[in-house]
Amino acid sequence: MAMEGIFTGIAASMRELLAGAPPWLENLSMGFLYLVGVLAFIFLNALYLIYLERKISAYMQQRIGPNRLGPHGLLQSVADAVKLLGKEDIIPRGADKWVFLIAPILIFIPATMLYAVIPFGKGMIAADLNIGVFYFLAVASTTTIAILMGGWSSNNKYTLLGSMRSVAQMVSYEIPLTFSVLGVVMLAGSLQTSQIVMAQEKVWYVLLQPVAFIIFFIAATAEVNRAPFDLVEGEQELIAGPYTEYTGMRFALFYSSEYANLVSVSALAVTLFLGGWHGPWLPSWLWFVIKLYIMIFIFMWVRWTFPRIRIDHLLSFNWKVLLPLSLANILVTGVGIKIYQLLTLGRW
Amino acid sequence: MLQQYGIIAIFLIGGALTAIAALLVNWIIRPKLPPVGSKLNTYECGLETQGPTWIQFKVSYFLYALVFLLFDVETVFLYPWAVRFQVLGLFAFIEMIIFISILVIGLWYAWKEGALKWQ
Amino acid sequence: MLSTSTSTLVFWFLTILIVASALAVVLLRNIVHSALFLILTFVGIAGIYILLNAEFLAAVQILVYAGAIAILVVFAVMLTRRGDISESNLFNKNYLAAGVLCLALFILNTFLIGQTFWTIKSGEPPLNNVGAIADAFLGRYVLPFEVAAVLLLVAMVGAILLARGVNQDQ
Repeated sequence: MAMEGIFTGIAASMRELLAGAPPWLENLSMGFLYLVGVLAFIFLNALYLIYLERKISAYMQQRIGPNRLGPHGLLQSVADAVKLLGKEDIIPRGADKWVFLIAPILIFIPATMLYAVIPFGKGMIAADLNIGVFYFLAVASTTTIAILMGGWSSNNKYTLLGSMRSVAQMVSYEIPLTFSVLGVVMLAGSLQTSQIVMAQEKVWYVLLQPVAFIIFFIAATAEVNRAPFDLVEGEQELIAGPYTEYTGMRFALFYSSEYANLVSVSALAVTLFLGGWHGPWLPSWLWFVIKLYIMIFIFMWVRWTFPRIRIDHLLSFNWKVLLPLSLANILVTGVGIKIYQLLTLGRW
Repeated sequence: MLQQYGIIAIFLIGGALTAIAALLVNWIIRPKLPPVGSKLNTYECGLETQGPTWIQFKVSYFLYALVFLLFDVETVFLYPWAVRFQVLGLFAFIEMIIFISILVIGLWYAWKEGALKWQ
Repeated sequence: MLSTSTSTLVFWFLTILIVASALAVVLLRNIVHSALFLILTFVGIAGIYILLNAEFLAAVQILVYAGAIAILVVFAVMLTRRGDISESNLFNKNYLAAGVLCLALFILNTFLIGQTFWTIKSGEPPLNNVGAIADAFLGRYVLPFEVAAVLLLVAMVGAILLARGVNQDQ
């Protein structure tokens, strides 16, 4: 099918164009090409997911949502972005200036880096690392630092409390998240994202690892600080959490990397549990995008359905329910694989 | 392999440069008036801020971070094990069960002592 | 493979980054800034691991040090903070003794590095070293591996006992 090769075709013709060039130039320009693709994906998603989120929440609450700018309000997010670009840049008097200024840049770096190991389609992966999944988890864990920097440096009690809560929540839920991925790694026998997708050609891992998928989904919701785990920025008590003092483009960077993280964690869920780009008839990247948006829709659905939970409930739910459950899942998966091996191969 | 990490480095630098570029555009087109009135005050919904912000926090945060660190170190061992799980045989499985149970004792102790309770 | 000159260049960049940020950790007067530069040091070391083809170790460095230890350090700072934060990481009167000790350690290390006979393996390093790590700690080094679990357990119990003391004091 011609559609299949659109993106890989661009990359191939770029390589052809650079055939005579020295290898470092070829690698550099290919890396740049991947980067541009990923950044375009991030910004388009950030713009239109905000619109989508507002529309979905509106329909769930029997409202219409943004409907003035462009047909069905489609240009609303664009207008918002332009408005944010023209906003003043306020640095509060008491703030720790340099940390305050650097934090929004730092939060954008892991958000971009996470996309490097996502297989968007057949052969569409920027850097197919041996340790792909582990790389994703490691880079994702550094997001907390930027949030802490932003919240601490603003010198505002709400931001500090918000960032401390956010970090406590994110580090707690990181454990069940990493443990739930382990079941998949045991089945696939590899950390490489492309290998994990290949291994799901016949059976999607969501069928073999349903418990892990549910744990992953809950923990991921907490990792990206979305409702019902959004007490980080619970607007009734903490104004906007760590982002309270940020204005203009700095605020926009925080906000768009939040959406970028939502997309990348959904992409990881598709890769690990929903068979990645596998699917009949349609081109592989289209399958990936369809599954991705179904995942994102479920995230939004959850956000506008459940009320926010209290912080003590949030943390004890993690340590006393999710963590034991994810450990039990590893054990059951291990025993299952060993029994399967005994039955089919005649050895442990 | 290093070639792939070259691409990772490009993503790292590219992410930073994109953020800086966005801030630069903001810097070019935004109004540059001297901030007037209480614009630079700490935002607390209109009230004056009272006392210092950077105060002593409670110990619960630290305890959570500590328990987290232990399990984070555990994942470091679990991932290579999971990769080789299908090849390694039953003995390695039992070794890992012992390893995990020792740490589960720790979790049980933290639970019993109320370290996981938010006070 | 990157060419040798590129990796040398990257190596020097990372080394300068590591040493400079380590110096910043010691010299800065605000302890939170010190903690942030400590994170930068950890990230630089992860870069060195990648240059050595130890990618799993690099990811561990990021996950455990930049992701977990850093948070632990910041929470510890938040826990113990009293007084003015911009004057929280000052030199005390023992700086001379500490300086002499560090210098002595530096000279000793340099001497030992010079004395050691380094074996240089020929050939490419293994492409996928995650599995090899598992084989090592579940096979030959199984005892240290299990002892590590006990060590982690002891650390956790100790910390909880300490924290309980703090709670009772309040």
